[in-house]
Amino acid sequence: MIEDLLMLLFGSAAAVGALLMLVLRHPMRVALALIATMISLGGIYGLLGVHVIAVFQIMIYVGAVMVFMVYAIMLLDVRDPSFTERYSRLLWPGLAAAVVLLGVLLDATRFGFADPAPAVARQFGVQPFSVAFLGEYWVYFELTSVLLVVAVLAAVAIVKLGGRRRG
Amino acid sequence: MGLSLALFAIGLLGLIVRRNLLVMLMCMELMLNGVNLSLVTFAQRSATLDGAVMVFLSFIVAASEIAIAIPIVLLLVRRRRTLDAGAFNELKG
Repeated sequence: MIEDLLMLLFGSAAAVGALLMLVLRHPMRVALALIATMISLGGIYGLLGVHVIAVFQIMIYVGAVMVFMVYAIMLLDVRDPSFTERYSRLLWPGLAAAVVLLGVLLDATRFGFADPAPAVARQFGVQPFSVAFLGEYWVYFELTSVLLVVAVLAAVAIVKLGGRRRG
Repeated sequence: MGLSLALFAIGLLGLIVRRNLLVMLMCMELMLNGVNLSLVTFAQRSATLDGAVMVFLSFIVAASEIAIAIPIVLLLVRRRRTLDAGAFNELKG
């Protein structure tokens, strides 16, 4: 009972945060709305029993990605024409396309809503996750390290290239 | 499920209609979050761990994506002195 209530609470908080992202003007407020959405998504993951993913959601997204984003907002200029005019010319076509997309997706997944969720929270502890992760998916784990190295190299290369072209 | 669909659609809408480059980046993050939520829901329904592992991998992809995207945005802004996506219309074909 209380879990349903919490799920409803977190879900509506996430939806409200996402909607606020669309209408708020200043990027910092948009970032705060996105952080609220992510934290409530972390709560939903925790309620679903996937605690590992909930912890990583808070740690990686809110702790790393969004802090990086907030720093970038602070680095950049705040007086900008894109703040006074929020929307581009594509507002009405974009709205229509989003409504159509939502309709198509809802129609495609209509049958999925009916099944009751079998409550199997046991399986999603840290230990089964780690065993499955390092036993079955170790290749992908190693590949992510390669991906991270490539990303760091690419970021450094971008900055160096831009500096050389400017100077 | 419905929430994840809604998050994805709102993120896509934000990517299209907003003008600010940073806000567009954040809307991309929102789309990724919607997909992650659907993956977690599938993993929980089917009682397997594949979805959870995939969400973890997509976290890593999202982190590296942001690490590359933010320097690109910084450089673009330094060249043009604006965050308006409409100012970069030379990328049009």
